[in-house]
Amino acid sequence: MAEPMLELVGVTAGYGRSTVLFDVDVSVPKGGAAAVMGHNGAGKTTLLRVAVGLIPVKSGTVLLDGEDVTKMRPNRRVRKGLGYVPQGQLCFPQMTTMENLQLVSNVRSEIDEVLDTFPALTGLLSRPAGLLSGGQRQQLAIARTLLGKPRLLILDEPTEGIQPNVVAEIEEVIVELTARGDFTVLLVEQHVGFALRSTDQYYVMESGRITGSGAGGENSLDEVRAAMAV
Amino acid sequence: MAALGLTLTFGQMGVINMANGEFLMVGAYVAYLTQQVITAVDLSIVFALPMAFVVAGLLGLLLEVSVIQWMYQRPLDTLLATVGVSLVLQQLAQDVFGAQGDPVAAPGWLDGRISVFGYEWPHRQLFTIVLALVALGALNAVLKYSSFGRQIRATVQNRQLAETLGVSTRNVDRITFFLGSGLAGVGGVAIALISGTNPTLGTAYIIPAFLVVVVGGVGQLKGTVLAAWAVGVATAFLTDWISGSMAQVIAFALVVIFLTIRPQGLFTVRTRSLA
Repeated sequence: MAEPMLELVGVTAGYGRSTVLFDVDVSVPKGGAAAVMGHNGAGKTTLLRVAVGLIPVKSGTVLLDGEDVTKMRPNRRVRKGLGYVPQGQLCFPQMTTMENLQLVSNVRSEIDEVLDTFPALTGLLSRPAGLLSGGQRQQLAIARTLLGKPRLLILDEPTEGIQPNVVAEIEEVIVELTARGDFTVLLVEQHVGFALRSTDQYYVMESGRITGSGAGGENSLDEVRAAMAV
Repeated sequence: MAALGLTLTFGQMGVINMANGEFLMVGAYVAYLTQQVITAVDLSIVFALPMAFVVAGLLGLLLEVSVIQWMYQRPLDTLLATVGVSLVLQQLAQDVFGAQGDPVAAPGWLDGRISVFGYEWPHRQLFTIVLALVALGALNAVLKYSSFGRQIRATVQNRQLAETLGVSTRNVDRITFFLGSGLAGVGGVAIALISGTNPTLGTAYIIPAFLVVVVGGVGQLKGTVLAAWAVGVATAFLTDWISGSMAQVIAFALVVIFLTIRPQGLFTVRTRSLA
């Protein structure tokens, strides 16, 4: 088994006095792809935000490529190879699509490269991102993160609230990305079928704890559904 | 000019910095001190402008690092703390330079008047207007076209998202404060040329400057310019009829009224999402 790219060891975390994650262990091997599944409020997004550094841990350790990054600010984790696409198609609404991309890289050839992955954005470069549709904004969010050339890509519900034909496009890109094997993916997703199809490892969360885990792939569908029905 | 500096710190960062007026005062004293060192009046102003920018900017940076960075989530605390800092700076200026103001001689090329559209404009006022326009143009260019400008705008719009895209929002805060305070310092040089120095000159400018930013729309440069013009004209008309201090009271009342009726300012940005 490859060395872990991301490891959360005994992480307990939350917001203010309330604790949301209890002693969570997650490990994603280099080049692998893991999905975290669970009902709303299970703590999936909190888990990702802890990995990114947006929420401080109360106890436990976060390791990025073997290095302890528990106390490191998000922007420094990003420079160490972490890429994060948050929930909710977040963009900078008053900046154009191009400016959103340029925030990460000013190199035209690199921008062209991510536009090849998301050709729908090519005609929208001068439009304020706040005027894009939800699907377009999500494509922009993923493109912008890929532009940073992450070694670990963390995606929080990338297809949530997006019209079905765009969902298919985004799913296709994610399946392609995870299959490439040159970077590691950690995905939070409600659509169990898609999540398992695009990853090789899964975790199920319930009330802030990991309650199940196993190998990904569509064969695990029944197993995951049973774990989530608990 | 003061309002431009505030547009950055209050408008872009949401920090109510009551000490911004004192950075004007600092700029004015830098102009005065430069003139003591470089006695050639025509030349000293050329040195005073960048000096004032740097000195006031560094003081602003010091204020951010020592006080404001701990209070970003607590605007009321920032307001109280910066009022304190403003009083300390005023007292310091008074102790060092005396309670009486000192005149700052304007260079020869600023004496005289020029006739534009049938009005006689004093060169000094034109100089102030040109200075403000240059600062505005430079600020606009930095915000719009530079990589750092994009980082400032991104941090203002969504701090956490900017941080997760590799932007060091702490550095952005510090440099934004430096720029905002530095601009006030440059404004202070212009004030010194018109009315000399005075330890309390900042207090006269801070309220109208806030009014300008609030009316213009937070973080909106074009709004700031239009509002600065409108507030300037309105104050000029008001002081014709009533005393200067009454005009200040009215300006303060207008800030309150404006914040109640239209907190988003005159100019807002269209977006499709609520995010």
